[in-house]
Amino acid sequence: MTQKIDLTAGLEPERYELHSPASIIFETNRRDFFKFLGAGIFVVCAAAKTPAFQESGKTRRNGEENLPQEIDAWLHIGEKGEITAFTGKVEVGQNIRTSLSQAVAEELHVPLASVRLVMGDTQLVPFDMGTFGSRTTPVMNLQLRRVSAAARDALISLAAKRWNTDPTQLTATDGKILDPKSNRTATYSELVKAQQITEVLPSEDPLIPAAQWKIAGQAVPKVDGRDFVTGKHRYPSDYKVPDMLYGKVVRPPSFGATLVSADTQETDQMAGVTVVRDGDFLAVAAPTTALAAKAAAAIHPEWNYQPQPSSRELFEYLKKNQLPAEGNDNSRYETGSVESAFSSSEYRLNSTFNIQYIAHAPLEPRAALAEWHGDQLTVWTGTQRPFGVRSELATAFHMPEEKVRVLMPDTGSGYGGKHTGDAALEAARLARAAKKPVKVVWTREEEFTWAYFRPAGVIEISSAANADGKIIAWEFHNYNSGTAGFRTYYDIPNQRIQFHAVNSPLRQGSYRGLAATANHFAREVHMDEIAASLKMDPLEFRLKNLKDERLRAVFEQGGKQFGWSNPRGAHQAFGVGGGYEKLGYVATFVEISLKPGSGEINIERVLTAFDCGAVVNPDGLRNQIVGANIMGFGGANFEAIEFQNGRIVNNLFSKYRVPRFRDVPPMDTLLIDRKDLPSVGAGEAPIVGIAPAIANAIFALTGIALHSLPMAPLLISHGYQLS
Amino acid sequence: MTSKYALRINGQSFSVDADADTSLLSVLREQLDLTGTKYGCGEGQCGACTVLIDGRAQRSCLTPVSTVSGKSITTIEGLAKDDRLHPVQQAFLDEGAMQCAYCTSGMIMSAVSLLNNKHNPSGADILKFMQGNICRCGTYPRIVSAVRKASAAGKEPRP
Repeated sequence: MTQKIDLTAGLEPERYELHSPASIIFETNRRDFFKFLGAGIFVVCAAAKTPAFQESGKTRRNGEENLPQEIDAWLHIGEKGEITAFTGKVEVGQNIRTSLSQAVAEELHVPLASVRLVMGDTQLVPFDMGTFGSRTTPVMNLQLRRVSAAARDALISLAAKRWNTDPTQLTATDGKILDPKSNRTATYSELVKAQQITEVLPSEDPLIPAAQWKIAGQAVPKVDGRDFVTGKHRYPSDYKVPDMLYGKVVRPPSFGATLVSADTQETDQMAGVTVVRDGDFLAVAAPTTALAAKAAAAIHPEWNYQPQPSSRELFEYLKKNQLPAEGNDNSRYETGSVESAFSSSEYRLNSTFNIQYIAHAPLEPRAALAEWHGDQLTVWTGTQRPFGVRSELATAFHMPEEKVRVLMPDTGSGYGGKHTGDAALEAARLARAAKKPVKVVWTREEEFTWAYFRPAGVIEISSAANADGKIIAWEFHNYNSGTAGFRTYYDIPNQRIQFHAVNSPLRQGSYRGLAATANHFAREVHMDEIAASLKMDPLEFRLKNLKDERLRAVFEQGGKQFGWSNPRGAHQAFGVGGGYEKLGYVATFVEISLKPGSGEINIERVLTAFDCGAVVNPDGLRNQIVGANIMGFGGANFEAIEFQNGRIVNNLFSKYRVPRFRDVPPMDTLLIDRKDLPSVGAGEAPIVGIAPAIANAIFALTGIALHSLPMAPLLISHGYQLS
Repeated sequence: MTSKYALRINGQSFSVDADADTSLLSVLREQLDLTGTKYGCGEGQCGACTVLIDGRAQRSCLTPVSTVSGKSITTIEGLAKDDRLHPVQQAFLDEGAMQCAYCTSGMIMSAVSLLNNKHNPSGADILKFMQGNICRCGTYPRIVSAVRKASAAGKEPRP
């Protein structure tokens, strides 16, 4: 069990969408940037001292780290006292614009309103791998606290110099430096006037401990919330520039189809329409979306079809189409001997779980606006990896990265689904041909078809336990869905855990929590099956096999608040599921009831206990926990992508059901605020408990072991319905 | 063949050239730069494009521009009066009823429509009326709280 925060861990293999060619990152010259910001204090980073910089900030270059014009600027305090922080992390609804602003305001002792964040603009912010893996809080929050503390230190030095006094006697408070002896004060703006100071990280300044936080740790509302309730905020799909055209891609009729020919005669005659055929890419751009749609429809392409698998045969396909093992250590874990434990055990159990593909379905589809100025390309797009998209564009157009600028306006969600630059590439290709800016916004059908999916999978578990309730052997095989959360956190002396890569029939990639949802589901459902065979209470059984204190705490404290030990009614049952993922500890409890004489199972209430260290914003955190549970409910109960011979059958919201208002039971959260521990992320971990908690409650009520995600088809086959 | 349509939006008059079957959504977004109204599905399933037509919620993606000439159209941009937020907007802010907030415009317009017609909706009324609006981030419980709060805030000035 990981107790220390390990930020150097490799990426999970199921992030298939990231397997793009490696690229070298060279920043644009920063001189213009410094000039642009004017006088004041800059905090910059010149050395890679912590693992944080392996994903953020510059580390890939040798020998240039100390050149001031080439280093990354993280923070600027201007002559009017305005504070600007720069980060490559992006806002997709996780509310980090607010939580990161809190971190800056806290360390600088300034009101939240005086902090502005520049996010995800590749020309202005330090390099960042991307906003995924719940790393913003453990990495970027800490980084911005450090740079803010360094700025505080620089301001104190300025004041000490001005007053000719000992800097250690001065303090920062409310946007001012104070000399408590003389009661002299100087505002930040007074201090930085006409200065051009560069403070270099790392600084040794201590950070403010969480127990003393005044702005961080508070339930601060979304910093720019007003722009969203008034419709003022511009999402990527809202962006517009003069003379802009609208792009429309002519998609193949099925996956794997290649373009044989395209009759564009009719479209070529349309005024103002540009047609692009480049390999299998076929698209148009026109002054209105209506004309673009008309032009696209007037093209008569001929496609060469390739037979493709269908969802009907999905799970057999996954077992039959394994890829050769790569010998990657991360895909396999073994300790003790499961064989000898199995031969000597009193209780043995085998289960097989099937996990369907599901779609992210972010409400804002992929969108990009691309504009060329000579050989310079600028793209506004909704992506969780602005620098990754910059690389994709540079590669696609055979141009150096410094000639590409990617900007990411706060976007209409992602959930791990917006790691690639598809729309950006399409818009840029069209814009180059049209010699005008082009915007491409995917339709809902395109989003459901041509984005990537959360991987489907098959999971097989064999376990052995003794009558005293101790698990002695655990064998776990995951086919295709991935390795995130596949190691068990229960203390089991003999284990074999293995991931088997498969040649996936659909394009697949990251999704909120990755495979941790599937792996926790299988593990936690199997735990209840062992407990049942041993006639033990599921919560007691978990605690008997669990040493990790933080995980025990979420199970124990959550169970107490939920009332786990309360008697159950005749048609009532409780279920629990939990675990550890992306540094967070979670336990979710549900209560269900069966309407007598019917098969209607109702979820009465849900409680999620969560520990992510020192809480930065309890309101934002609760929003994430509840949201993750609701999103997880869809994949648990009814979401599944249906495909047939290379076509997505349910490619609309009318055919692919997602959670709606009436699906939501009363939801409660229990925050375990560990002010003594580092803050970590919360966007993903809270999603893993809901599916097994529901399945285990239904198992307790009906005796039906639910071995599939989603569960609804199996439930219906037994005459039940979950609502 | 395009025609001219006279539109009354947020108390202002506009004249637009469009095909009769062009959606109100694309006219708002492309021609009038009223981008607060969002595209989410194009089939009336998600509610992101909700606007008020004569005070009632309607999906602008399925509304041909030719059918709304002469009617009073309200979009999210027209709710606040002189910098004073509509009570529903204020309630969404107060309850933190958003994450990515891409659904927020449509949610607010639907809620305003509900409260225009029913000042004190029951919990069941709220769920029934809002069922057609999707929030993928899962802020539904907070949206319900916001609608209740706006309802309790009293009289809803009819836009």
